[in-house]
Amino acid sequence: MSRHRNVRGYNYDEDFEEDDLYGQSVEDDYCISPSTAAQFIYSRRDKPSAFAEPLQEEYAYEDAEEHANFTSNHQLAEVDQARLQSCLDHMKELLGDSVPEQVMVEAVLNSKFDVQKALDIVLTENSKQNMKTKNEEAVTTVKASKGKTRDSQSTRIESEVVPKVTKMTVSGKKRSTGFEVPCVGAEENGQYAIISQKGPSSGDASITSGAIEMVSKSALPSQTTLMPEEQSTAPTPIKKSSKTKQQIDVKAELEKRQGGKQLLNLVVIGHVDAGKSTLMGHLLYLLGNVNKRTMHKYEQESKKAGKASFAYAWVLDETGEERERGVTMDVGMTKFETKTKVITLMDAPGHKDFIPNMITGAAKADVAILVVDASRGEFEAGFETGGQTREHGLLVRSLGVTQLSVAVNKMDQVNWQQERFQEITSKLGQFLRQAGFKESDVAYIPTSGLGGENLVTRCQTSELTEWYKGKCLLEQIDSFKPPQRSVDKPFRLCVSDVFKDQGSGFCVTGKIEAGYVKVGDRLLAMPPNETCTAKGIALHDEPVDWAAAGDHVSLTLTGMDIIKINVGCVFCDLKEPIKVCTRFRARVLIFNIDLPITKGFPVLLHYQTVSEPATIRRLLSVLHKSTGEVTKKKPKLLTKGQNALIELQTQRPIALELYKDFKELGRFMLRYSGSTIAAGVITEVWCPL
Amino acid sequence: MKLLLKDIEKDNAGQVTLMPEDPEDMWHTYNLLQVGDSLRASTIRKVLTESATGSVGSSRIRTTLTLCVETIDFDSQACQLRVKGTNIQENEYVRMGAYHTIELEPNRQFTLAKKQWDSVVLERVEQACDPSWSADVAAVVMQEGLAHVCLVTPSMTLTRAKVEVNIPRKRRGNCTQHDRALERFYEQVMQAIQRHINFDVVKCVLVASPGFVREQFCDYMFQQAVKTDNKLLLENRSKFLQVHASSGHKYALKEALCDPAVANRLSDTKAAGEVKALDDFYKMLQHEPDRAFYGLKHVEKANEAMAIDALLISDELFRHQDVPTRSRYVRLVDSVRENMGTVRIFSSLHVSGEQLGQLTGVAAILRFPVAELSDQEEESSSEED
Repeated sequence: MSRHRNVRGYNYDEDFEEDDLYGQSVEDDYCISPSTAAQFIYSRRDKPSAFAEPLQEEYAYEDAEEHANFTSNHQLAEVDQARLQSCLDHMKELLGDSVPEQVMVEAVLNSKFDVQKALDIVLTENSKQNMKTKNEEAVTTVKASKGKTRDSQSTRIESEVVPKVTKMTVSGKKRSTGFEVPCVGAEENGQYAIISQKGPSSGDASITSGAIEMVSKSALPSQTTLMPEEQSTAPTPIKKSSKTKQQIDVKAELEKRQGGKQLLNLVVIGHVDAGKSTLMGHLLYLLGNVNKRTMHKYEQESKKAGKASFAYAWVLDETGEERERGVTMDVGMTKFETKTKVITLMDAPGHKDFIPNMITGAAKADVAILVVDASRGEFEAGFETGGQTREHGLLVRSLGVTQLSVAVNKMDQVNWQQERFQEITSKLGQFLRQAGFKESDVAYIPTSGLGGENLVTRCQTSELTEWYKGKCLLEQIDSFKPPQRSVDKPFRLCVSDVFKDQGSGFCVTGKIEAGYVKVGDRLLAMPPNETCTAKGIALHDEPVDWAAAGDHVSLTLTGMDIIKINVGCVFCDLKEPIKVCTRFRARVLIFNIDLPITKGFPVLLHYQTVSEPATIRRLLSVLHKSTGEVTKKKPKLLTKGQNALIELQTQRPIALELYKDFKELGRFMLRYSGSTIAAGVITEVWCPL
Repeated sequence: MKLLLKDIEKDNAGQVTLMPEDPEDMWHTYNLLQVGDSLRASTIRKVLTESATGSVGSSRIRTTLTLCVETIDFDSQACQLRVKGTNIQENEYVRMGAYHTIELEPNRQFTLAKKQWDSVVLERVEQACDPSWSADVAAVVMQEGLAHVCLVTPSMTLTRAKVEVNIPRKRRGNCTQHDRALERFYEQVMQAIQRHINFDVVKCVLVASPGFVREQFCDYMFQQAVKTDNKLLLENRSKFLQVHASSGHKYALKEALCDPAVANRLSDTKAAGEVKALDDFYKMLQHEPDRAFYGLKHVEKANEAMAIDALLISDELFRHQDVPTRSRYVRLVDSVRENMGTVRIFSSLHVSGEQLGQLTGVAAILRFPVAELSDQEEESSSEED
């Protein structure tokens, strides 16, 4: 019955007055008393867990506001503090408690400590306010629990916000614009809040993350300790489990991690049977990553299978099929540590038919080791047309690998001859220069994978030491320069594998191309356009709380169906989603091809981990190789070595980024009937939205 | 298809009566029909009857109707052809001018009358009635996690099933998921083969894949067949042929059909011939770009110079509903024939035809080089597409 009383006792004038004042629309005019509204409608706002997105926005905003209040006092010099205090005292005498302190402080600051001016400001504002006091009161009763800060805020923003309870869902952007505190820290916060609500525009990407960092950096110690406290007193009772945003200074953490060791993704490439798996398997064994017992088992088993020389390759080739045939089929992945680095090793297949697998591996790599067979005839077979040495070299270069080591393998079979080594290096050097590798970024190392020489320690064989004084393979790997990681950009992860693991949810693995992720983050998967939560992150099979660009991680996800995700999906930031399209323009470089490329050519598009059939819809123009000028518009066909602008269409939508926005994500390869015909960068995307 | 009656006047107007027999004939019929033609066939119509007392009853009645064709609808998966149009002949149940949709059925004859029977259409009738044109091939193009089960008939490539399974990659010390998923994938492909391939008709089943997938799959399939005592598969074991393809996507079928081992076995199929013709065109384009033209404007220009040796044209263009545009293509075909050139009409349902369709639908290999057209004309020709 109490509700009835409320209705009876309700002052209808209030409603009418309100209508006159604000010209409310009919839909908003619910027949509910303010207290009922407080009881029911307001509660919707109290528990915004249904809308995950607005919650975070608002939260950020509140944080920002509290920061502002705090810092506005804090960042003033002591003299100014004193002046402020005296002004406030003066004003309080005149105004009493009718005006909240915050408003006064603001007024004082705006008027530069002039009491008269400040009073003017406050009074004019007050008179405006008085017109609305009545319904203001309604709000304040509702807000009684919400503390002082809320009040002051609502008085300040009421010029824009209609303070009716039922209409309280106001975009955070409006509010933050309505509040000005002349203080740097606060403004940054404000900016963050604003940007977070903007639509996806690549330009903002860096600013946003930049702002995050600045917040965490500029935050005073006292402030940071205060933050959680303020959050706990925050008026809206929120489930504070995983959604509490902790600002981790990822960059600083990144340096601290792994005992200061940097992460590097290394891919091993080369012609089939050059000894890639054996070389790396032996390296892992010598480093102690494979224990003696396992190795002994491999030796016994491989001997039984009549393939004793494959024992080390079995370290990386684990499926029965691979061992049986002695051929790596899929990228084998593992890690090891050097003096200064943690290496994620990817052992790519060398066989022609598995180049798609090799591309998915190479797309994730920062640096590469090209393994060539030194024995007579074998090097030539791999290097000439039809061999994979060339194709792999071109592929990794086109996929953005700039540093390359060449392991001239099986040197023991040619008795460590210097002439042979030089012959190979000169031939390869010329080719690699053409492919676009800088000479300073290419190193040549004579090795023997099977014998394990010059891998971990410098070789003692006298035949080699006579003429070779350089580094061993491990030292060379250690001396690779780690690339620049785009930690500041919005989060991107390309899925290379989806599988079920123990426990709830499922796992995806992939390399984080940009940004960072923390446990509990909400992520968006594209193209399915579905959201999910990252429940766990594992780096090299060890659980971690966060991971950043360059890491090869596996994420445990919940809140999504496994069938919606397949290899090639991209997980990204909710606020800065990746573009999804079926049609895009690209600048391509045509490789050595047998058939010329015309319009309508069916190709296989290899982009990151996806391979998707596509057709060339248009040949837009042929470009000059070095200057990029258009030499011919609408060509009839493209032949080898040409640089051209084309338009591609895929059958299904795929998630893409422009090259200019994300260097890592803007590259792709085109293949046709088993050979790579072009490499390209994405220049323009047609978004269906 | 059987030709029952052909009655064509001197002025090329007239009618033919045909009896479609298998799904492929529907495709031919689809290519014969044009808006404005009249079609007479048996069909079922729901008729409302009002009795003297005013109660309304409806009954389905089989009747023969003659329609003036308005829309033609072909379902390539089910191979069904629906023709919608207005009634143009007095009928007991259907008013004049009333709309009706005829669904053509196999083994029921129909009569098609046209004002103009051109050479392309007549050739199509002949081809459709030629019994030697039937060598059915089934093909499975696969890669790890993706497979297409296709039927290749003389004028169609039908994707019967697409199997897509997510296969977890090998991870350190854990390959069981990979192996299990792979097995599940093979099982699904095997099911698809049993369900969609009719071994009474199919002479040969191509299993095409990169790497070792095809070997592994065939091993698995026959092992399973032995285990489950599947006679169907075991009896037809010799029909399976393993060939190389670069991927499991549909267009890789082209590579499989090119394979010399396959080419021998199905040298007559139209599909293989088309693949070869398109290949020749690309080769010419590579070596002598001035002797390979594509795009209607270019090809017409070359034709004026009587330079066309072989014309490749997609049947899609003849389904164009605009009569002047269509007759433009027909004129081109006729004139090439007059000049002793060969004409290959590609089926747009084949993989190679699809590619040709993307390449403006018309291409030509020339006898002698013709200088390229100026840029201005080129632009206008590209804008057409």
